[in-house]
Amino acid sequence: MALADAGAALTWNVARDFTQLFQFHFMVNAFRAGTAVAIAAAAVGWFMVLRRQTFAGHTLAVVGFPGASGAVWLGLSAGLGFFAFCVATALVIAALPQGAGRGSGDESAVIGTVQAFALAAGVLFVSLYGGFLNGVTSLLFGSFLGVTDAQVVTLAAVATAAVGALALVHRPLLFASVDADVASARGVHAGLLSTIFLVVLGVAVAEASQVTGALLVFALLVVPAATAQVLTARPAISFAVAIVVALAITWAGLACAYYSPYPVGFWTTTIAFATYVAARVCAAPAQRAAGLRR
Amino acid sequence: MIALLLVRTAGAAGTGIGDLLSHPFMRNALLAGTAIAAASGLVGYFVVLRSQVFSTDALSHVAFAGALAALAAGIDPRVGLFAGSIVVAAVIGMLGNRGRADDVVIGTVFTWILGLGVLFLGIYTTSTSAGNGAANVNVLFGSIFGLDFGQAALAAAIGAGLCVAVVCIARPLLFASVDEAVAAARGLPVRALGIVFLALVGVCAAETTQAVGALLLVGLIAAPAGAAHRLTGRPWIGLGLAAGIAIASMWIGLVASYLDGSMPPSFSIMAVATAIFAVTFVPRRRATASARR
Repeated sequence: MALADAGAALTWNVARDFTQLFQFHFMVNAFRAGTAVAIAAAAVGWFMVLRRQTFAGHTLAVVGFPGASGAVWLGLSAGLGFFAFCVATALVIAALPQGAGRGSGDESAVIGTVQAFALAAGVLFVSLYGGFLNGVTSLLFGSFLGVTDAQVVTLAAVATAAVGALALVHRPLLFASVDADVASARGVHAGLLSTIFLVVLGVAVAEASQVTGALLVFALLVVPAATAQVLTARPAISFAVAIVVALAITWAGLACAYYSPYPVGFWTTTIAFATYVAARVCAAPAQRAAGLRR
Repeated sequence: MIALLLVRTAGAAGTGIGDLLSHPFMRNALLAGTAIAAASGLVGYFVVLRSQVFSTDALSHVAFAGALAALAAGIDPRVGLFAGSIVVAAVIGMLGNRGRADDVVIGTVFTWILGLGVLFLGIYTTSTSAGNGAANVNVLFGSIFGLDFGQAALAAAIGAGLCVAVVCIARPLLFASVDEAVAAARGLPVRALGIVFLALVGVCAAETTQAVGALLLVGLIAAPAGAAHRLTGRPWIGLGLAAGIAIASMWIGLVASYLDGSMPPSFSIMAVATAIFAVTFVPRRRATASARR
């Protein structure tokens, strides 16, 4: 933000713009971290949208905020807090009885209360830490400044582990996600798979939170997958499209934030929203044609 | 825990509970807080009954973006807060069941609205060099101790008006919420009632944002009402109970934060409301167990 004083100004010379974009080490690190996060978030998010667990993703993200602010208060890194709280919450959600997700009335009151209380606990930690106003904004809405080399290594390693775990279980997971009953009849261990997936989801949410902030993870988690699944129904192709879309959103968001005074959270969510709307508009005639053929 | 806090801080700081009301900020907070809590309890009762907690969650995002848009435009944030919440609430009400979108669409749209809020925050903080850096945090998490008398009186008046409005439409709304088809057959304007109610939820969201902030307002609306629904099945008692629990949470929370300055009021109010809701899960099981016997 506000990098105009560092000599960053957009010109018509595209090559010069590119060298300018990468002239500072923090920006190179931001792109490295963003790339790792985008791949992990899109890969996990693709399964999340398929499994209709976007609401679990939202809850995990909200719980990440007190985790991060609590870690900062205790003198630890915010990233550690995101990982610890998101994975712990994922285990709690996995332990809850089935169907305790998005319900009506009573149940949604419980979910709303738990989320509000988690955010309130985050406020308490922020207040206990004292004088941390800019920190709140970056925890909630993302920041790309000051990513260290060590953080890049951690984010990349965790992203690799998450994608690796997903690769190991992707076949039974896809089966169980598409048709849980048939899959368990064929001997797929749906409960264990669901737990593994939720933990991987927790890791991905914690990763994405560190770029987009706790409140805006949907931009990297949901939108790429939703866009891809609008464009094509074939799993392998839409999976690849999701990762490409996530990378495009992250890179474009970072570049726009670098050249403009406005925060990265605004750019990533706006580019993500525009991408999704464009995909829906483009897919609409094709879908109508397919409907007519039927 | 709260009793312990009372003893500890009252002894240490010397600011006992006695001179609580001698501070203007505390009087203003209690004045506004009581009306806001009563309104969110009453509105919340119907929100939970009608399963509209997630619409309320959506309104909280709009409240955030609206308030910051007003700040960026250089006007009173309350204008954006109320205008944004009420307009979007009415739109959600008009879309009704036809417009029931899936999780993905809702998540995408409301993430973008939050992103817009961040944009307005950026405009606000860069355009006003002497800008109030705490404005964002105040919108997100409330600043009930920061209300002056004029703001508190206006909030209390709107809160009282909201309570009266909810009580006036309570009977038909109850009928329409419990059995929509029969209510419509008996000639009740079910659709109009739904839109009017959501507009009231919008007003309530904007009110509650001033007390506990946009991010926590769902909790203050859902927790007391959820507790009331667990405690009784009778609608009128439930309504009163929801308002009572909300007011109690507000008072206990405000006093706790007054006594221990390191606890933000938004946190202590939410903590009390959450604790009361959590408690309703314990005796209920025993009661049903003894009833079965």
